[in-house]
Amino acid sequence: MLSRILIANRGEIAVRIIRACKEMGVQTVAVYSEADRESAHVGMADEAICIGPPPAGESYLNTANIIAAAEVADVDAIHPGYGFLAENSQFAEICASCNIDFIGPSPESMTLLGDKERAREIAQSAGVSILPGNDEPLTDDADALTLAHKIGFPVIIKAAAGGGGRGMRVARNDPSLINSINIARAEAQAAFKDSTIYIEKYLEDARHIEIQLLADKHGNIVHLGERDCTLQRRHQKLVEESPSPAIGPRLREEMGEAAIAIAKASNYSNAGTVEFLLDQEGKFYFIEMNCRVQVEHPVTEMVTGIDIVLEQFRVANGNPLAFTQDDIQLNGVAIECRINAEDPNNNFKPDPNRITKWYQPGGRGVRIDTHSYSGMVVSPYYDSLVAKLIVHRPTRAECIIAMKCALDEFDIRGIKTTIPLYQEIFGHTRFIRGLVNTTFIEDHFTR
Amino acid sequence: MDIEKMESALAKFIDLMNINDLTELEVTEGESSIRLKKGSDIVASPPTTIVNTASDAVASDTQAIQALELTSESATESSLIEIPSPLVGTFYRAPSPDSDPFVEAGDDVDNDTVLCIVEAMKVMNEIKSEVEGRIVEILVENGQSVEFGQGLFIINPS
Repeated sequence: MLSRILIANRGEIAVRIIRACKEMGVQTVAVYSEADRESAHVGMADEAICIGPPPAGESYLNTANIIAAAEVADVDAIHPGYGFLAENSQFAEICASCNIDFIGPSPESMTLLGDKERAREIAQSAGVSILPGNDEPLTDDADALTLAHKIGFPVIIKAAAGGGGRGMRVARNDPSLINSINIARAEAQAAFKDSTIYIEKYLEDARHIEIQLLADKHGNIVHLGERDCTLQRRHQKLVEESPSPAIGPRLREEMGEAAIAIAKASNYSNAGTVEFLLDQEGKFYFIEMNCRVQVEHPVTEMVTGIDIVLEQFRVANGNPLAFTQDDIQLNGVAIECRINAEDPNNNFKPDPNRITKWYQPGGRGVRIDTHSYSGMVVSPYYDSLVAKLIVHRPTRAECIIAMKCALDEFDIRGIKTTIPLYQEIFGHTRFIRGLVNTTFIEDHFTR
Repeated sequence: MDIEKMESALAKFIDLMNINDLTELEVTEGESSIRLKKGSDIVASPPTTIVNTASDAVASDTQAIQALELTSESATESSLIEIPSPLVGTFYRAPSPDSDPFVEAGDDVDNDTVLCIVEAMKVMNEIKSEVEGRIVEILVENGQSVEFGQGLFIINPS
């Protein structure tokens, strides 16, 4: 029975995890960098340990200090949150060797699915469609050109060790392909210490649909429906909703089964999400699987009534899932906006400043997941997410209206935020009618 | 000394330091002064920013900062150096349970003197002094858990 947990993360997700622990009666240990001394998660936990100076590489990515903290605090388990070390199989292995439970899948599953090229192979052998791309590792530029001509431009170049929408480039012709490959390799090396890249056909006019999974350690896997995360900017999600306006019951069942098949093929346990692209003909293709709890998990929690973080702990404790696929129902519609400390009128330039006023919306079906408060200084060392605003209503139309009201109510001063962008999006006809694709933001909102 | 005014002024000073990324701030009015230092690398050098107060009003920017009184700090004490832990782990004063401690209060040390061990994940990390001087105080006890940046020793540099 896990009774003492270290949360190896910060910001809103650390707050989220600590909340779940408190409800379970589990002791919490927070870790923080010197920049996060005044952070909400530090005050919430039963114990807090400083693990390094502000830079993430020396603190939240500092395996030695985090494991040392776990040992001096004598914890049973570590919850890695998302980002940082959440999908680092070496970290998961070190936890195992130190007899500390890792709240997530096994290091082996993580290694398999963390290699995005291998993940494609697994999906294909599980009978799931993948986008045309390289079957063998790419050898040289000539190889890449031949492949691009075979599958047809445009193509997208991705880092094999990457994920989370980082290090991706679209190429539309021969010269831009070679150029993009070189840049992509350099970016992949810098970001992921691995310059291996792979190429896929780039689907224009597609929707990003992901399936939330929960798997226990007894072989039971259930899907919690889809999230539509089509609205993105530079491959970073801005708005997520469930259910998707483009998905009906039959497609949901098909995609759910495909996701489960991939999880089974990789011996997956705990929470995970399988990402697909859905084309205009209703055909879906596997993109990647994320072996962690995701930023947008609250959307699924609102429509299913299931506490995903709580389930993560229950699975880690060895409990079988308390529900079957038939028990899962999507009720109403939930939409999430990621509120970032960025200036939407100045190319989304980050604004790490001191929040002088923080008044957040509330009421029925309005959920805010945040670590921010009036007087908090938004740190320049980490991502710019200051809050997640999630609204839940019986229908999509009502949800959009309620989200507009909530955005209007949200009063944040001292920092620029992306609230004005969302106010525009939620007034845009195409979004309201559910007719968007992955280039919607670039097409309609670039300044 | 008005505690409430001091608390509010302190909050403003700390903001000032954070927003402008200062590591040191000293405010004087008349004969009173307060000095704030960030982090553990206290260096015996003149402060980074000195602001002379003008009036009682507390402003968000630079001037007109409320005067404060400080519990007396001698010039010698303010040049003391605190050695912080560079790691999270367990602090040990000696190389092994049966040995004598590496150092005691009053000992002279130089850059290469090993002061203690911080053990992390079964690795015994020797922490060196990196300054020359005399040990004034040992801040933690043998076997105590320490976090990153936690003060371990106070050294009076020579």
